[in-house]
Amino acid sequence: MKVLVAVKRVIDYNVKIRVKPDHSDVDLTNVKMAMNPFCEIAVEEAVRLKEKGVATEVVAVTVGPKAAQEQLRTAMALGADRAIHVQTDDKVESLAVAKLLKGVVDEEQPGLVILGKQAIDTDNNQTGQMLAALSGLPQGTFASEVDIQGEKVSVIREIDGGLQTVELSLPAIVTTDLRLNEPRYAKLPDIMKAKKKPLAVKTPEDYGVATASKVSLVKVEAPAERKGGIKVGSVDELVDKLKNEAKVL
Amino acid sequence: MSILVLADHHDGQLAGTTAHVVAAAQEIANAGGGDIDVLVAGEDVAAVAKSAAKLDGVARVRVADHAVYAHQLAEPLGALLVELAGDYSHVLASASTTGKNVMPRLAALKDVSQLSDVIAVESADTFSRPIYAGNAIATVKSDDVLKVLTVRSTGFDAVNGEGSASIEAIDTVVENSQSTFIKEDLAQSDRPELGAAKVVISGGRGMGNGENFKLLDGIADKLGAAIGASRAAVDAGYVPNDMQVGQTGKIVAPDLYIAVGISGAIQHLAGMKDSKVIVAINQDDEAPIFQVADYGLVGDLFQVLPELESKL
Repeated sequence: MKVLVAVKRVIDYNVKIRVKPDHSDVDLTNVKMAMNPFCEIAVEEAVRLKEKGVATEVVAVTVGPKAAQEQLRTAMALGADRAIHVQTDDKVESLAVAKLLKGVVDEEQPGLVILGKQAIDTDNNQTGQMLAALSGLPQGTFASEVDIQGEKVSVIREIDGGLQTVELSLPAIVTTDLRLNEPRYAKLPDIMKAKKKPLAVKTPEDYGVATASKVSLVKVEAPAERKGGIKVGSVDELVDKLKNEAKVL
Repeated sequence: MSILVLADHHDGQLAGTTAHVVAAAQEIANAGGGDIDVLVAGEDVAAVAKSAAKLDGVARVRVADHAVYAHQLAEPLGALLVELAGDYSHVLASASTTGKNVMPRLAALKDVSQLSDVIAVESADTFSRPIYAGNAIATVKSDDVLKVLTVRSTGFDAVNGEGSASIEAIDTVVENSQSTFIKEDLAQSDRPELGAAKVVISGGRGMGNGENFKLLDGIADKLGAAIGASRAAVDAGYVPNDMQVGQTGKIVAPDLYIAVGISGAIQHLAGMKDSKVIVAINQDDEAPIFQVADYGLVGDLFQVLPELESKL
């Protein structure tokens, strides 16, 4: 079974972001970029499926600017066999990404597609579900366990209040939650080998997808700053402040 | 122009979040006019429909009661929403795991974008939502014919429950051969729901082990608080992951949030920094949590917690 795994290049999760002074967007110039943490988990799961002999081939795909090839090379250093880069400098929203990924799914016919549950930049949590809808496939979102048995996949999902287990017919779409696995680090020899693995470059036009969106960004602002608090010296003082100053007790 | 709200429910009870989503729908209705309908989809949901009919501002409750909608699996629920969406200009759901699971399916099948985690309504087509783990607020305008939104319940005050909407059955039944519900393992708790609690007390890695979380019980009992946790505490196996507060867990905005042994990483702050009053108890006086805390107490939690409990 072929497994397709989608990855996204995003700002490194440790970076404290800045809003541009003109409020047009977040300032990403000279900021450290990395693979979205949920996508790392998706790659790891795909590679583990290959190591278990369930997956025969792991294909990594991304949509984005030329620099996003770094993240595809990372995915290949971690164990993906080859990569597909849908190259565009446009800002591509979830719906258009899902349409492009559907194009890749139609072409590659994978048995399973794994995505992260959300990207830490837009925090949308949409692409996997949209891809499932467009491809007419079932979805196992927020997965903390994935078990493939023949023509079906059993997915344990993290839901409000606990866990839910669903069984899906294959092919299916799975999105990863944080607890699905602990991603490995790429080793230097594997990073070198990844440079020689095949990477196909495509364009949105190849899939007949227009990337324009009907949603426009009006402005981006920093959230309201919390005003500086105080440190209290004792539990008594804390209880007193909460009762008499903050009036929350 | 009318608005459809997907009701959140479990165990035959309407979830509190629905009243917050109806409040968001009312703001849209005020900006552009139109009725608010609530969709209750599930199996044996008559009681849920009755509760939904009482929410202020709701014109009509539409009930799809059938085994195929049990557990609100995304595939049949998405197909049902697509059937109904033609009557509406806006479809809203809470940004719960159910809403997040199904709404993007609806949006994609109607070829429109979806706006996630909306925290403010500017007008009938312009909304605000947090991005980058809540470190920026984006205002976005949608020119799509259908607006599909998930609503962050902490962004809107719940409507009251004194209305009397009509209840109508929907007999649309969709096929689903792709997904099957197997089981659910829900954490048992007598405490208030984390997302709706007025007071939340959370522990982090500083708690040391799961056993020590019991130190929070007495305080939570006295304050009627829900108990939360940081990701570090969950990953260390101290507590189950549905207790996690943060970008990847629950978003809370209680009147009082007490962070115990939590350093205050960006991802944790994303889940609680809209709380009205934040208290931090930590022995590291350099911990980032003190930058957002209204009241900080530097000290050993193993001494502070029993003392706090005795003085409440």
